[in-house]
Amino acid sequence: MNEVAQIVVLTLAAGTPLVFAALGELVVEKSGVLNLGVEGMMLVGAVASFIVAARTHSPWLGVSAGALAAAALSLVFAVLALSLRANQVATGLALSLFGVGLSAFVGRPYMSVVIEGMKPLAIPGVSDLPGVGKLVFAHSPLVYASIALFVLVHLFLYRTRAGLVLRAVGESPQSAHAIGYDVIGIRYAAVLFGGACAGLGGAFLAVAYTPSWVEGMTAGRGWIALALVVFATWKPWRVMVGAYLFGSVTLAQFQAQAAGVEVSSQWLAMLPYVATIVVLAIISRDATMIRLNAPASLGRPWHPAG
Amino acid sequence: MAPSPHDTSGAARLPRLSLRGITKHYPGVAANDHVDLDVYPGEIHAVLGENGAGKSTLMKVIDGLVIPDEGTMRWEGEPVDFASPAKAHKRGIAMVFQHFSLFETLTVADNIRVALDAAHARRLAARIRDVSARYAMPLDPARYVHTMSVGERQRVEIVRCLLQAPKLLILDEPTSVLTPAAIDALFAMLRTLAADGVSILYISHKLDEIRTLCDRATVLRDGRVTGQCDPRVETTASLARMMIGGDLPHPVHRAAHAGRAALVVDALDVPASDPFGIALRDVSLAVRTGEIVGIAGVSGNGQKELLAALSGERTVERSEAITLAGEPAGHLGPRARRVLGLAFIPEERLGRGAVPEMSLAENTLLTMRAPPLVVHGLVRASRVGSRTEQTIERFGVKARGPGDAAQSLSGGNLQKFIVGREIEREPLVLIAAQPTWGVDVGAAAQIRQTLLDLRERGVAVLVVSEDLDELLEISDRLAVIANGQLSPAKPIRETSAEEIGQLMAGTGTREPQQAAAALVP
Repeated sequence: MNEVAQIVVLTLAAGTPLVFAALGELVVEKSGVLNLGVEGMMLVGAVASFIVAARTHSPWLGVSAGALAAAALSLVFAVLALSLRANQVATGLALSLFGVGLSAFVGRPYMSVVIEGMKPLAIPGVSDLPGVGKLVFAHSPLVYASIALFVLVHLFLYRTRAGLVLRAVGESPQSAHAIGYDVIGIRYAAVLFGGACAGLGGAFLAVAYTPSWVEGMTAGRGWIALALVVFATWKPWRVMVGAYLFGSVTLAQFQAQAAGVEVSSQWLAMLPYVATIVVLAIISRDATMIRLNAPASLGRPWHPAG
Repeated sequence: MAPSPHDTSGAARLPRLSLRGITKHYPGVAANDHVDLDVYPGEIHAVLGENGAGKSTLMKVIDGLVIPDEGTMRWEGEPVDFASPAKAHKRGIAMVFQHFSLFETLTVADNIRVALDAAHARRLAARIRDVSARYAMPLDPARYVHTMSVGERQRVEIVRCLLQAPKLLILDEPTSVLTPAAIDALFAMLRTLAADGVSILYISHKLDEIRTLCDRATVLRDGRVTGQCDPRVETTASLARMMIGGDLPHPVHRAAHAGRAALVVDALDVPASDPFGIALRDVSLAVRTGEIVGIAGVSGNGQKELLAALSGERTVERSEAITLAGEPAGHLGPRARRVLGLAFIPEERLGRGAVPEMSLAENTLLTMRAPPLVVHGLVRASRVGSRTEQTIERFGVKARGPGDAAQSLSGGNLQKFIVGREIEREPLVLIAAQPTWGVDVGAAAQIRQTLLDLRERGVAVLVVSEDLDELLEISDRLAVIANGQLSPAKPIRETSAEEIGQLMAGTGTREPQQAAAALVP
């Protein structure tokens, strides 16, 4: 039983950076904006959280700093792509490259710094209960936060008026404008939210998952998060499935490597990415489903005409 | 103050909306040139004009979507700025758009909820049912808009505006896809609203409607006000003269010389493609060269599905179910059918009939990929340009040239262009869906005449329309589609309005009362 609990804890932890980043990007894309800068924002979030956590010895301050730094970076994207109507794909790619470079530069002095990472939840008595205690009450606080984020995003999108407006803006900005909504303002808010979420994902890696700073430590998770959103047909629960699938295969390949399986480690390292995409591609074959959930104006610049 | 000929008590009453000297230039054209307009409380005011006369631009100025270069606006006597749609809505302005402002992936209820203030949005589904039933515009709040036909979408727009309880209601071509009974119900509703003090701006090309409904009319031509009148004392001909500056062309209908069957549909069955779709059951029809066959019916009875099966957008398993020029064509896609001589004018002009962002020349090229426009895979740009120029000229399309984007043309002008483009391909069979929807009288008459000319030249023409007057005017034979079943096509002279009305009602049709009442006086 304890081993099952261990596997669950590790799987959820491995999937959590993706949950943050992909849920944030999902909200951004639902507003009709395609921000390809997730990888860069995650890295900037990771490095900012690590530096602040190392300086202040407070993982929580570090996490907040990570979210803020990534949101600030997404603001750059918003100004370029929304106000100045730059091409969203090019701007997003540039943001990713910029984030990779910036985080490597800023993080150089911190490469070998050791910090005390965020502790998993430990409720005396409860977390030590055999089986259930570890299964339910012994994750990192950010894991619970990511699950709460899923519930909130789902409720926001499908149960609130504001979520309805956001989906409407992503579907047809001209119609939303015609019935009186501030399309650009709503998109700004979505992009900033997505940036903060990507930052949380990076911060989780740097201060909780493997408390350390390594150049490029997100290892392409930002790109997988982007793919997840698409293959999950913009549905939050499918994002969760994909993220935890990624987590479990990551775990399995570590186990396989540890057990000395006769396959080169590069192939094994590929597995989580391949498995996630293949499975999601198979469950999202339904064309009607895609048509109903894909934001129709995704990636198209829009500006109110004079 | 500008004179308002109809309203003698004008000095005492304050106009709800007053526009002065509205001017809006677009590159190359003055869409509005010093336009004055007064709309009083409780008035139904028509704005008349041909396509491209500047009506839609003027309405967008009022609704805050377009900011004019010059001019002033007063709202209930107070000078106001031309801010944004949000501010216009706060003032109490609601608009039914000609090109809808709906969200396809949302349900009817969500589409309406998103446009209402939170306070108005309570118990919405019940209120939608209530309003749509009262005004004979049946709507299911749970349906997704993308599964709906144009006519059904228009109902959503109208009901959405009504639920906003507006002070000024702008309707841009609201009746073009409604049944006669629904139009009567709409008019009754508009009169009730006007009696309650709501101002109504009514844009239509249907002069008869304006004469029966409106208290006052402002006529626009080339962006300028060319007259104001009381449409109740004018004749259709005099209104038309004010509007186009000449007399209306009348389509000439000669006797048919029907030849061999060019398009044959034999016991076509198509299952519904989505939960809200209609399944086609045992549809049979033959269209011969040199005749026009019309298909009447209330929107949402299988027209969309039939057109998709005929155009090849949806292929049919049994390829003999559709025969084109003697060849089984049910399994062929749109392009193969076009090679066999099919031309198709779809209901949706933007997105299906033309690529909105592309130029007219590029849109021409997309449907004519063979020589002389394309030689060895290379585009001959100058030939494409002159070919497009020719279409623009021959069909009187108001555009600056072949480089104009399709979406920059007004609805009627784009339709003229699409009709022209399809006809220039010299088709054997032409299928037209709602060919004159949203098109002004002059252009509509021209398009109908073009269809009649094609028939003279031996083309087999199939017209699917919800405008029964149009079908009765141009068709040689008429069939009725109801709930996915097609009645046998009968020669126009051997049928009657009563019979067509009963067929439109059908058994198990969605809207039996409206359809039945539609044609039985």
